[in-house]
Amino acid sequence: MKIEDILEKKKDEKLFLLGNEAAVRGALEAGITFTSTYPGTPSSEIGNVLAKIAKKAGVYFEFSVNEKVALEVSAAAAASGLRSFVFMKHVGLNVAADAFMSTAYTGVRGGMIILSADDPSMHSSQNEQDNRLFAQMAGVPVLEPANPQEVKDLMHYGVEISEEFQIPVLMRTTTRVSHMRAIVKLGDIKKKNKEGFFEKEENRFNIAPAFARKLRKSLVEKLQQIEEVANNSTVNQIVKECNSKTGVITSGAPYNYVIDVVNENNLQVNILKLGLSYPFPRGLVRKFLDGLERVIIVEEVEPFIEKEVLALIGKEYKKIKVHGKLDDTFPRIYEYNPDIIAESIAKVVNFNLPEQTDKNIDIEPPFRPPVLCPGCPHRSSIYAIKKAVNSLKIRDEDVIYSNDIGCYTLAMQPPYNMADYCICMGSSIGIGSGMAKATKQKVISLIGDSTFFHAGIPPLINAVHNRANIMVVVLDNRITAMTGGQPNPSIPLDGWGEETPVISIEELAKATGAGYVAVINPGNIKKATEIFKEALQYKGVSVVISRSPCIMLKSKEKRPNFQINQEKCTRCQICLKQFNCPAIYKKDDGSIHINELLCTGCGVCVQVCPQKAIEVKK
Amino acid sequence: MCTGMSPESNRGEKMISKKCYKIYLIGIGGQGTIKTATIIGEAAMSQGLNVVMSEVHGMAQRGGTVVTEMKIGQAESPLIERNAANLVLAFEPSEILRTLDKIGEQTQVIANSSTIVPFTVSLGISTYPEKKRMLDKLKKEINNFYLIDAEKLAKEAGHLITANIVILGAALAIPGFPISRKIVIESVKKNLPVRMIDINLKALELGYKELFSE
Repeated sequence: MKIEDILEKKKDEKLFLLGNEAAVRGALEAGITFTSTYPGTPSSEIGNVLAKIAKKAGVYFEFSVNEKVALEVSAAAAASGLRSFVFMKHVGLNVAADAFMSTAYTGVRGGMIILSADDPSMHSSQNEQDNRLFAQMAGVPVLEPANPQEVKDLMHYGVEISEEFQIPVLMRTTTRVSHMRAIVKLGDIKKKNKEGFFEKEENRFNIAPAFARKLRKSLVEKLQQIEEVANNSTVNQIVKECNSKTGVITSGAPYNYVIDVVNENNLQVNILKLGLSYPFPRGLVRKFLDGLERVIIVEEVEPFIEKEVLALIGKEYKKIKVHGKLDDTFPRIYEYNPDIIAESIAKVVNFNLPEQTDKNIDIEPPFRPPVLCPGCPHRSSIYAIKKAVNSLKIRDEDVIYSNDIGCYTLAMQPPYNMADYCICMGSSIGIGSGMAKATKQKVISLIGDSTFFHAGIPPLINAVHNRANIMVVVLDNRITAMTGGQPNPSIPLDGWGEETPVISIEELAKATGAGYVAVINPGNIKKATEIFKEALQYKGVSVVISRSPCIMLKSKEKRPNFQINQEKCTRCQICLKQFNCPAIYKKDDGSIHINELLCTGCGVCVQVCPQKAIEVKK
Repeated sequence: MCTGMSPESNRGEKMISKKCYKIYLIGIGGQGTIKTATIIGEAAMSQGLNVVMSEVHGMAQRGGTVVTEMKIGQAESPLIERNAANLVLAFEPSEILRTLDKIGEQTQVIANSSTIVPFTVSLGISTYPEKKRMLDKLKKEINNFYLIDAEKLAKEAGHLITANIVILGAALAIPGFPISRKIVIESVKKNLPVRMIDINLKALELGYKELFSE
C-alpha cells in the first residue's frame, strides 16, 4: 500500500490499515480540515501520515511544540467553525490538561475530536493511565473503538456528536487498537470548509469565574442529553443475545478478545459492547442487566465501566453479581490478551480451558533491550560526558544524571547508567534544579532538542532565575527521533515540509541568561570532552548544545565500512565495554569484530580506540 | 443524527468460526518483521481473506525484540493464544526461546540461523546460549522445526537486507500456508522499493526452494 492510498482510494474500496492510518481516513471522511499533534507512541503514525498527505487533501496540519499548544490550536479552529482533530499519546493529555478542562466548558462550534492513545502495559510509556477518567473529570464524551474500521467510523460519529452538542469528544484508543492493522472498508471523503470565521459571542470563550459558573451548568446539561444519545446509539449494542443469566459488558480492544474466546469455546453469554462509554448509558445497561444473575466487565486499565455498573446496581438494589477487576476476576493492571480473558471468564462461567503443553527447554534467551542505534550521535555525547566526569575525578555517587524523554533515555542502560531520575517531558531541568538546590552533588541534565522546545524552556529560565548550579546538555539531533522522525522548531522545515524559520537553541539559552553556552559536534570526542569539562566546572547554569543529526537521517548516504585490524587490536574492549556500539561484537575466540550490516560508518569508534586498530574497510 | 454508525461497521454481528491461520513473527528491530507481516497481510486481503495484525512501534524498534502477530481468516483479535500459532517465523534463532508458549504440537517453526548477539552479552550482564546446544534442543522439542541460513541466501540474492524476504519465501513452502505464491509475489512488488524488486523476488525464490526441496 502507498500512503497516498489513504487519501486517494474511493468509497467501498478496502485498505489494510493501521488503526492510526484509519484515524486519518476517518478524519477526511468526517470533513475535518484542521489537525494538530505533538508526536507520541502509540499515536505517532497519525501525524506521520498527515505530514505526507494533509496538504494534498486540503487539510491544515501542524506538529505543535507540545500537546497543550496542539489542543489549543485545534480548539481555536473548532471555535471558528472548522472541524478539528488533535491527537496525542495518553500522557500528552496531562500536558494539555489545562486547556482540555476549559475547552470542555467553552465547548466548540465545529466538531472537535481529541484522540488519546493509551498504552496499557506501558510498551513505550512511563505510566499506564486510563484517560476515560480524565474525560469524566473534564465532562467530555468518550468513544472507544475496538479496531481500525471503528476508529475510522467513530471519527465521523464523534464529529456529529461534537457538533450537535457543541462539545469536544475524546476518542480513547489503546496500543492494540492504534497499532492493529486490519481491513477497512472506506467511505466518502467530505469536502468541508478550510477557512473558518470566529464569531464573537459574549460569555462563551472566556472562562472568567462569572462566565464559568454558567458554562459549568450548561456542560452538565449537555452530558445529560448525550447520555440519552448513548442509550440509543448503535455504537452501544448488544452483540449477542441468548437464553443465559450471564452478561458481559466490554469496550475497546478487550471486545476483540471476548468475541474470539466466546466463539472459540461456544460460550452462552449475552454481550453488550460499549463504543460510547461516557456519559455512561445507564438506561441501556439497566435494560441489559434485566433478568441477569451475573455480569462480567471486561475493560483495560481502570475499572471505569465496572464502577458505573456497581453504582447503578447499588442505587437500584438489584441482586446481580458484578465480576471485574474489583473482585480480582480480572487482573487489576496491564493489558489483556485472549488467554487472560479465557482464564478470567472461566472463573465465573464453567468451561474447559485448552490444555497447556510446556516445552522442556531450559535455555534462557539473551537479555535484548532496545539500544541506541549504531552511529547514534547521542552515544558520542554521553561517552564524552562520561570521559569529562571521570577526568575531573568526580565520583559516580557525586554526580546526578537527570535524564528526559527521548532516545537518549536509553543512556539509562549499562555501561552508561546515566538516568538517575527521569519522569516526564522536560523534567530533566526542573528535577536538576531541585537536586542542585537540595544537595551538593553535581547535576547533569540531559534533554533532546524536541523535548527542550516542548517543556525545557520554562525550567531553564527557572534554573537561571533561582541560580541553580547545573550543566544542561541539549542533545540536538535535528529531529524528534524516538517517535519516528518528526520535525521540530530547530530545523527549517515544518510538518508539511514547508520552509520555516529556525529557532536557535543557543540564542534561547543565552537569552535566559545562562552564563556558559557552547555548541559542539559530538563526533569530535576529544573536543567535546574538553567543552564538557569546562561546562562542568562552571558555577551556575551551563548549557552545552551537542549537535549532530540523527543517524536515521543519514542512512541513505554512501558511507564507508569499518573493520578491526586484528594485528593491532589488543582486545582492551574499550570500544565494546565503554563506547558500546551494537555493531561491535566479540567472537567466541575473544577477537573483536564489526558487523558490516549494522555498522553505519560514523567512524567515531576510530577515535575511541587507543591502538588505532579500527580502519576503513577497503 | 447521532444514532449510530454506517452498517459496515457493525462488526459485532459477525460471529466467528474457529478457522483461522495464526502467524507469529519475532525478530529484532530493523530486521523487517513488520514489513514482512504487512506483505503477508495485504496478500491475504487480495486473496479475499479476512486478516488482523498487531505491530510494535516506538522504543522497542531500536534494536530490541519486535513481535508481530497476525490471524488470517475469521478472527477479531490478532493476539495469538497459548500453543496456538500455526506458523512461527523467527528472524533470529535465540528469539524462539521467547516464543515457546505460542508453539504447540502442530506449530511449524522457521528459524533464521544467523545470530545477533545483543550488547548485554559483551558487557557480561547476559549470556548468549551456546548455539549448537540451543539448536539441537529446539530441533528435539519442536515437532516441525526448519532452520535456514537467511543471511547466506540473501547475499546470494544480491543484498543482506533481503533476509526477511528469504524467510517469507520459506514460509510459502510450508504446507497449509493460506496464501498463494503468486499473490504474495504481487504483494512484495507493491510493498518494496521498485529498484529492489528483482533482488527481493530472487530472495523469495531462494527461500522457497530452500524449504521446498526438503
